[in-house]
Amino acid sequence: MDKYKSDIKPEKEDHHESRRDFLKTSSILTAIAVAPATVAKAAEYNLGEKISAAFETTPVNLTVNGVKKQLAVEPRSTLLDVLREQLDLTGTKKGCDYGQCGACTVHVNGQRVLSCLSLAVMQEGKQVTTIEGLAKGDELHPMQKAFIKHDGFQCGYCTPGQIMSGIACINEGHADSKEDIKEFMSGNICRCGAYPNIVKAIQEVKNGGQRS
Amino acid sequence: MIQFQYERASTAKAAVSALANNAKIIAGGTNLVDLMKRNVMAPAKLIDINSLPLRSIEQQNGKMIIGALALNSQVADDKLVLEKHPLLSKALNAGASAQIRNMATVGGNMMQRTRCSYFYDTALPCNKREPGSGCGALEGVNRMHAIFGTSDKCIAVHPSDMCVALVALDAIVVVSGPKGERRIPFDDFHRLPGSQPEKDNTLQKDELIISVEIPDNTFSKNCHYFKVRDRTSYAFALVSVAAALDLDGKNIKEARLAMGGVAHKPWRLKEAEKALAGKPATEETFRQAAEIAMQGAKAFKHNAFKLKLGPNVIVEALKNAAGLV
Repeated sequence: MDKYKSDIKPEKEDHHESRRDFLKTSSILTAIAVAPATVAKAAEYNLGEKISAAFETTPVNLTVNGVKKQLAVEPRSTLLDVLREQLDLTGTKKGCDYGQCGACTVHVNGQRVLSCLSLAVMQEGKQVTTIEGLAKGDELHPMQKAFIKHDGFQCGYCTPGQIMSGIACINEGHADSKEDIKEFMSGNICRCGAYPNIVKAIQEVKNGGQRS
Repeated sequence: MIQFQYERASTAKAAVSALANNAKIIAGGTNLVDLMKRNVMAPAKLIDINSLPLRSIEQQNGKMIIGALALNSQVADDKLVLEKHPLLSKALNAGASAQIRNMATVGGNMMQRTRCSYFYDTALPCNKREPGSGCGALEGVNRMHAIFGTSDKCIAVHPSDMCVALVALDAIVVVSGPKGERRIPFDDFHRLPGSQPEKDNTLQKDELIISVEIPDNTFSKNCHYFKVRDRTSYAFALVSVAAALDLDGKNIKEARLAMGGVAHKPWRLKEAEKALAGKPATEETFRQAAEIAMQGAKAFKHNAFKLKLGPNVIVEALKNAAGLV
């Protein structure tokens, strides 16, 4: 694992640095954009090109996994991309990116939604919970434990979405029967076909009276 | 995705007045964001209406009033809806996935675009996406396409399940524009393609959907929504049917019937409804009504199966509604 990490390190680091630089620039310039006098001053310093980039971002306040975040986002950035690219919360997966697979499922104000079809700019003031926000320290969420116990995955790519969706499925009251679980989990595709074990995991948490 | 301006509207009036120059309203965004990612739609401005107070579901003066921003899941699980209009709840739960129903609104569901693959593929012709470019589906892969009310310009279907129930329930769409409010019978809201398939509905460019009203009815005991699709869940309809009966013993006093997946709009079957009224609720009656319902249907190369599937789905839906299954 360490070897693998060190192999990919240089490329990853470069990528991150350039992104951070860009974000730093754009968030500073957002502040400039809302202060016309400063903008005029910036124009004197030949910052015209950077200011036009600044106009493209909008400030957004979110609470992600209990932590308040002040972000500057482009209106076209999805919540999924902001979680993964700006906040480094890569547990939420990008599967299809078109609302067809459910891999990007997160909770917004306690409801399961598709982060790939949610614009980040529209989440002002919302509470977002991702797969990273479920465990309490080293203590896994009951749904995470149940997925491990029942082998509710093979490759694991759809698993964060399945777990977020499974927790919501119980909270919504749609997990009373195997049939209900299958119907109300149909927005989460598993190409490995771990469905029977996913249903078992959800049933166990439901029968254990566990809620998120 | 092409860049756009983003604005939050604090009143319906502000939203309507901002609706100029290629601006689009966004609510749940489940269809619009998808279409923008694929460059099928590229609005210059999005007007976010989520802060408008249009989320309530209320019963007053003999009708239910559902706000345009009520979520699909909120409506489907609402106690009042389940008690008075279970057909609507069943249709909503037959559509999309739990996640999408948590995002999608009633107004947005009505405004969603067709899922015709030629509309979605910007490399191919489509009169709906680009008027005058031609219809790729007419001679192409048209398995999912319409059998009623088509034109030589477009054979796409409206993808909603919710709208099939609402047209059967005689709903009214309340819209707000610069001249005030306008009330549109649900059957007149969506339109047939004719020579202008780029127009999905009769909402004007400066109008906003405020609510949907459902008049009280006597169909809550005997109704069913039956949807046939390529997989058991989370797929668009090949054919779906909303059936509702008002029964007096074994006799049908009044019937409501509408189909999805067969036309450019939710397809109300008024002639078949007339044929059901006053008859005994038997499979034979239902079969006769289904034959009437299918009159005028016209298939294309790959969707002729809908001519057989259609009447079978009608009969099954009616049998379920009547409690014969």
